[in-house]
Amino acid sequence: MTPSPHRWISDAAITRLRRLEDWPDFTGTRYEIDEVIGRGGMGIVFRGRDRALDREVAIKVTSLATADDAARLRAEARTLARLEHPGIVAVHDVGQLADGRVFAVMRLVRGARLDACAPALTLADRLRLFDRMCEAVAFAHARGVVHGDLTPANIMVGAHGDLLVVDWGLARRSNSEFVNSQLHNFTTPKQLPTTNEIASESRVAELGVAELGRGTEGYRAPEPGGGPRADVYALGAILRDLLPSPRTRAMRPLDSVVRRATAADPGRRYPGAAELAEDVRHFVDGAAVAAHRESVAEQAVRLARAYRTPIGLVLAYLAMRSLLLYWQ
Amino acid sequence: MFPQTRTSVVGDLGSADPAARAAAYDALARSYWQPVYAYIRLRRRRTPEEAQDLTQDFFTRVLEREYLSGYDPSRARFRTFVRTCLDGFLANADQSAARLKRGGGFLIDRVDFARFDADFAAHARCDEPDPERWLQREWVRALFAGAVDQLRTVCDERGHARAFLLFARYDLDADGNGPRDTYAALAVEMGLPVTTVTNELAWARRVFRTVVLDRLRGVCTSDAEFRAEARDLLGIDPP
Repeated sequence: MTPSPHRWISDAAITRLRRLEDWPDFTGTRYEIDEVIGRGGMGIVFRGRDRALDREVAIKVTSLATADDAARLRAEARTLARLEHPGIVAVHDVGQLADGRVFAVMRLVRGARLDACAPALTLADRLRLFDRMCEAVAFAHARGVVHGDLTPANIMVGAHGDLLVVDWGLARRSNSEFVNSQLHNFTTPKQLPTTNEIASESRVAELGVAELGRGTEGYRAPEPGGGPRADVYALGAILRDLLPSPRTRAMRPLDSVVRRATAADPGRRYPGAAELAEDVRHFVDGAAVAAHRESVAEQAVRLARAYRTPIGLVLAYLAMRSLLLYWQ
Repeated sequence: MFPQTRTSVVGDLGSADPAARAAAYDALARSYWQPVYAYIRLRRRRTPEEAQDLTQDFFTRVLEREYLSGYDPSRARFRTFVRTCLDGFLANADQSAARLKRGGGFLIDRVDFARFDADFAAHARCDEPDPERWLQREWVRALFAGAVDQLRTVCDERGHARAFLLFARYDLDADGNGPRDTYAALAVEMGLPVTTVTNELAWARRVFRTVVLDRLRGVCTSDAEFRAEARDLLGIDPP
């Protein structure tokens, strides 16, 4: 009999043994996995390697080999494949393991979560990141895709200040919208999606409808369902997290932006991420913020700050003229 | 391919058949003696000799149905019930130093006690303030230790000794300090292709998981409880 090298099982080994199910077998694929880098409701994300291209990748694998989980991950991969944007994590491949679980291979995001790195950033840098975040979300909205679970944990910031919106597991398009777009996009009979493909995606859309509005506590819009304005709500909550506390008087317009973005009534929010970002840019540029009704004093201070250079030049000119007149 | 599924030990505790009942108590003691002993040693600060006597006495009481016959699955998990019984037993034992006269049934080997105590003294910690959680952790440790032993036996019987060695190296050597070996490093060290390491590990893990689920099913009173325990323990929905 093989001698037993182990009698006492360490706590670390117990933790590992409890998660053996997570460790999928990639034999027969071009990928190998190295370590777990994230977990979600649907599956586990590993740091891995694409041997064919000799590059590191992130591989998301469903926890269970169920049809629903497989459909969800395939839908997420297809959604991401449509969203080619520098602020949205790129998907490279999707496949199925021998045990039936589905995996999606994505760009490995190197960096830190927004909530982890934000405290070390200046307000200007945080607002710059927020602008990029809004731009990526607005891009997805323009293509009919709603993220559905925007939180600081789903925003990754790279070493060079680049930003990526990740975890599009709850992102959905509406059922009819998807089927119509598919039928519209394919022109020849040969390219038409099969009934099964449509049925599969329709099933995903049904799952998505049920899941929309789940999101994460604190970032989830109060209304049921979902849509671009639910993402706006989440972005507003993220902006609130990014603002320092306590606020100075000068930051009141940003508080107004947060209030408008997170209004309980979706109709009172910004219609989209682009409009929200635009209002924040107004603040950065010293322009009037649409969400904020400013007092005369606030307006005077803002204008003084925004035009301090020309005002300074005029004041200097007037001072020089006064001195000259005085000497003459 | 895999060991046969056993019937529920806990379910047989109330069997009318004395042989089935005795077998159930025997299996129960084998499953629980290590966490019970560790509980008495570490949390009740008893000497090895006292803890061994108390552990043996506890299971003798169990065999005599003085404690576990009152178990109601709808009120608590079986582990919680065992701990409650154990606390009651120890309180009584504190008041009366008298030991029970040993009868038949499950007897824990002194060699097993000594072996376990050596590991226990070297590794066990009392870092969990909640006794319920502490006992749960030790119960999982005992469950996994038994499953590892059974996996080793299965591997030997089926000519997969190398699979067990890989499993032991990769999955049991985890000490939580620093990065572990990669499959590739293990393959180089053992002179194997990486694909062989992957396949053998996958096989050993499947068997280990099956063994754990089999043992778990044996100490659950219902399918619902078994599934809940499997999700809690391994994060999976068992087939």
